[in-house]
Amino acid sequence: MVTVDQLSTVFAALADPTRRAILARLAEGDATVNQLAEPFPISLQAVSKHLKVLEQAGLITRGRDAQWRPCRLAPAPLRDVTEWVETYRRFWEARYDRLDDYLQELQQTPKEK
Amino acid sequence: MSSNAVFQVAPRGDREIVMTRVFDAPRELVWAAFTDPEHLKHWWGRGNPMTIEMDARVGGRYRFVEHSPEGDEAFRGEILELVPNEKVVQTFEWEGLPGHIATDTMVMTEEGGKTLVTTTSMFMSQEDRDGMIASGMETGARQSYEALDAYLAKL
Repeated sequence: MVTVDQLSTVFAALADPTRRAILARLAEGDATVNQLAEPFPISLQAVSKHLKVLEQAGLITRGRDAQWRPCRLAPAPLRDVTEWVETYRRFWEARYDRLDDYLQELQQTPKEK
Repeated sequence: MSSNAVFQVAPRGDREIVMTRVFDAPRELVWAAFTDPEHLKHWWGRGNPMTIEMDARVGGRYRFVEHSPEGDEAFRGEILELVPNEKVVQTFEWEGLPGHIATDTMVMTEEGGKTLVTTTSMFMSQEDRDGMIASGMETGARQSYEALDAYLAKL
């Protein structure tokens, strides 16, 4: 279980589309900063900034080799975010499914309301 | 269940969750199902018996008790805003974790006889949100690697 502050940091990190795209890329495999920067019309510096945010949120880890510092996805914090959302999803999905059936029922046997 | 009944849930910002669901029914009926106790007791409890108090007006309060085989669970809140057939803003509190209150904004739009329900849950504070996470509201939510996969796919 992450702490409140950690989860906030993760949410803040995920709030940016460029950072989500970087994570999606890393989900396919490790990549260097150059490789990550390629698809984006922004500077390497800007990409580095995003990586720093992701690193602080614990969403990526980076190799320590000066020449080759691949970024790697660290999925644990994402799992915490997902679990948090998942509690809501399950809670409401069960109800909404039931509502769906009930609405069908109501419309099949129209009666005064 | 209708085939287009896709239930989507996504975080927004750092305090919100947005849920969307399409129901194959006109908006007036969906609205009634959400606000009329006679309707609510048919679905809110997921098949479990319900005790429902509902004062469906601005400033009115509601309290739902779901009598499940595992025990009773009670939820309550206050209606803050109400535009019939369109929008309701209400607080949502699980009595198992009192004081941790989310504000839910529900908006209904109709297109082609189907109704889109969009609900935005806003947590009032980090503490509330943390409380909800810590509560283990649904115990099965822990090992959700599958959900993680789905989430990653959407990133």
